[in-house]
Order: sequence, then C-alpha cells, then structure tokens
Amino acid sequence: MSEADTPELLAVRSREGLEQVFHYSAGRYLSRFLVALRDQAKVLGVRCPACNTVYAPPKAVCDPCFAEMTEPVEVGPGGVIRNCTTLHAAFVDPETGVTRPVPYAFGNVQLDGADSLIQNYLVAEDPSRIRVGARVVIEFRQERTGNMKDIRCFRVV
Amino acid sequence: MGKRAAIVGTGQTDHKSIRRDVNGQELIHEAVTRALEDAEMTIDDIDGVVIGNMDHFEGINYVDCWSIDGSGGYLKPVMKLCTGGTTGTTLAIGGYNMVASGMFEKLLVIGWEKNSESDTTGAIVTATDPILDRGVMAGALAGLAIEASEYAAAYGVTPRDAARVSVRDRGNACNNPHAHLQKAVTLEEVLNSPLISDPLRLLDMCPRTDGACAVIYAGESCAEKICPQPAWVVAATNRHTYSRFSDIKGQTGMVSLSRAAEELWQKTGIREPLKEIDVVELYQPYSWGGLKWMEDLSFCGRGEAPKLVWDGVTDMEGECPFNPSGGVISTNPIGATGLIRCAEIALQIQGKAGKHQVPDVRLGLATGFGGCFWSDCILYSKKKPE
Repeated sequence: MSEADTPELLAVRSREGLEQVFHYSAGRYLSRFLVALRDQAKVLGVRCPACNTVYAPPKAVCDPCFAEMTEPVEVGPGGVIRNCTTLHAAFVDPETGVTRPVPYAFGNVQLDGADSLIQNYLVAEDPSRIRVGARVVIEFRQERTGNMKDIRCFRVV
Repeated sequence: MGKRAAIVGTGQTDHKSIRRDVNGQELIHEAVTRALEDAEMTIDDIDGVVIGNMDHFEGINYVDCWSIDGSGGYLKPVMKLCTGGTTGTTLAIGGYNMVASGMFEKLLVIGWEKNSESDTTGAIVTATDPILDRGVMAGALAGLAIEASEYAAAYGVTPRDAARVSVRDRGNACNNPHAHLQKAVTLEEVLNSPLISDPLRLLDMCPRTDGACAVIYAGESCAEKICPQPAWVVAATNRHTYSRFSDIKGQTGMVSLSRAAEELWQKTGIREPLKEIDVVELYQPYSWGGLKWMEDLSFCGRGEAPKLVWDGVTDMEGECPFNPSGGVISTNPIGATGLIRCAEIALQIQGKAGKHQVPDVRLGLATGFGGCFWSDCILYSKKKPE
C-alpha cells in the first residue's frame, strides 16, 4: 500500500484506566530477610556451606556451587560502594506509573561481612563523595513494612 | 560435533526511531522478504522458523503465533526464543544448533523489536527481580553506567577514552544504509552531550529503534547450492551468570564474556584474536563497552583497550575493525540487535557490505550482551570448517 493511500498513521494506546497488580511470593529466604528488616532493622544474609560466600540479600541456592544454603549471617550496617551512578534521564517507573524523580544516585554496596552486593539509593551531603570505594552506612526508615524500601538509602560516612 | 551450517541470506528493515507505517508483523515481513530475496529462495523452501524479541517491550506474549503472517510460519514448525538483550545472538546460536543437528536444512531465523511502542527503560526494569532490584534500578542506562564506574575506578579510563569509541562507530554508521543514526560526531560533541547517567552521556549510548533482521541458515548439504559464499559457523559459545543484579559481585571483569570467549578461542584454536580475527561486530550498547569488553574478549590485556582504540587499531583501516556497521550505538532494535551483528558478519564474509566492507574478511566475530551481564560469542568463517 502506498503512502498516498494512507495519509494518517495511527498509534493505538493500551490500558486506558486499567491497572494490573502482581503479588510476588518472597519465599522463605527473602521473607526472613524482609521480616528482619521490618522488625529489627537488620540485614540478614546466608552463607554457602560449600564455598563460604555470603549472599546478602539471601537466596536458597549459591549459583556456582548449586548448593542449598541454610546458615543465616547478619551483615552490615556499614559497607563499601562497589559501583555507582547518578541518573539524570527520567523514565516512568513501571512499578508505580510515576516518573522517577531525577537526578538520583544509586549503586551497589558490599555490606561488611557479605560477598554479594545490594542495590539502593546513595546519599551524601557532598554528592562528589559518592564514588567507588566510599564507606557507607545503612539508613533505615522509621516506618517499615517488610519491603526493600525499608532501607531508605546508603549514606556516605 | 554436529553438521556444518552457514548463513546463506540476510535481510534487514529500514531501521528508524518510529516505524509508524508498519505494525510488528509487517516490520517482520519486511526483513523476511529481504532475506528470502537475498538467498533467492521462497517461503516454500523454508522448513522451520525461529523468532524472538523481548516481549515486555511490546507487551505481546505469544509472538511466535501472533507474527505468523509476517514470519511466513503458517503451517510450519515455529518456535520462540527470548533471553533479553542476548535474544538476537541466542536466535543465531539456537538456529545454528537446529541446523547443525541435522533436524532442519533451511531455517529462517528472525529477531525484531518495536522499541517505540513502550518506555524502554521502564520495560527493562520489569525484567529484573521484582522484590530486590526494581526499586532503584534504571534499565540499561544505569546498569551500564555502574559497570563503567567500576572500570574507570580500576584502570583510570576516562570519558574521553570512551568518546573515541563513539566517534568511531557513529562515523562508520554513515556508510551503512540500514543504520538508524547516520551522523558523524566529534569527541567534543560526545563529551558535551547531555549527561544521562554519570559517566554516560547521550552520545555514549545506543538509541531505541524499530527494526527487524532475518537470516537464513542452511545445512552443509545445500548451503553452497543456495549461495556462492556461505558464512560458515565455526563455533558458538555462551555463558549466563547471575539471576539478579544484587548477586553481581562486580564487573571490573565481565566473567560471562571472558568465559564464553575463553571457550571460543579454545574450540577454534585461536591464540591471538586481535591478529587472527578480521572483523568484529561487538554487541556494544554503550561506548565504554567498546573498551572494557575488548579486554574481556582477550583482544588485549586489562586496561589496555583505550590505547588500541586511540591508535586506530579498531578503525576501518586498522588491524581489526570493530563495528563497521556503526554498531549498536547507531542501531538498536533490541531483539534484533544480536542477530544484526551476525548478519553484518555474514555480509562482510560474503563481500556484500558495500561502503562499510572490510577487505579480505576470512574470520568474523559476532557477540551478544544482555540480562545480568550475560554473553554470547559466534565465530563465522569464509572457509568451510574441516
């Protein structure tokens, strides 16, 4: 069909006024982690019995060993920034439907006692101090609900 | 080892930001028609179809069925493969495996994406762990920015080093009629473009593209009858590592790409990739990947890539040109992007790359990147493997 036959090209919008909500099962490991966040403001990891790697957040299986992990380990609240960025490009958060407020800094922190990393917002009074290798401490929210958002941020110390 | 298999035809759409003139099926049809024309075949010659995209970009979850009139899969065996960013190279590896198994002789492999139909960053966020990663994660932009932050801290690599890669690829794209963005840029333009996720600037980053790519694989019994110069698969490798971003212990070296490359070089007997490989189409969604991932592929040692790139080793006239097509930072219909790498290597081997042809290509490498830093490698050869 030629361009002359189609003077107007349409795009049809989806989901007018619709909302589709998901309910994700956290499972035993993440539930224990989220309950410790909520009730004790603590971060619980888990140790691999085969290679001693400590995963925080915890999970059932160590990927390289394919071994089931059972030993809980408390980690943090201090840690080190392993990688980070400050996001300037706005986008619509698919979890909230709201445009994320930018700029914001986030990155992955290795909490003291952990081998894996944990992602969250990074905050510092002087933003130039948010860089790889900087020491941070977890800042918990006062009102906690058993959600990753119970960690407000990692604050550079 | 399986039977030998080769690419005997390729087709790409006219890649653009928004192809409002076609829906998804029609976009796929455009690439399929061009691949069939290139191989001088008809859809009746095809005995199976493999198709893939990242379904959360379009929100259509049964693409293998939905795309039938575009793919030509009506009453044929059809299957879908999706592995996120690596979808295109997974298609190329899966299609190769099917033909090398001897179960299929002439297989149509299709990758496509209509990135204009949703918010790409938002859609990528939905590919991450819903409980642990989605709260702060910000798609490929930020995921790659944090990789760059580690690499820069470890080796003192600068945004100016990365910008040199962008200048190379965006210049190359001007010679590729299929490239989405065909505008050469200077170092200063890259370094002064808007900051999108520190240290990445707009011109360090790939675009979002509407586009499709189709390739036809043929088995050793018919490849040379269909095509005077098939692009033979020598070997294909891939590695997946972590399931979620919070598992990643660090990306100073991308372990999946290092391991996939290590197996590729071991399988093919290649000792010095920089000298032995004639052209590379690197799945490089951002300029910094054009440095760090050369090192993960063992084209040079850790921290040595910037010097090679500044010295012009990876330019069109260099010892081993990278991304003569303009690469991913010029064209990025995500589910097609990896397959375009393979199609472009096939064009180079066949001598059909036109203005972006590298002379005398015997061996060409295509790679794929995606997921939680997952990697695919496929080596193609002019010579039929022994």
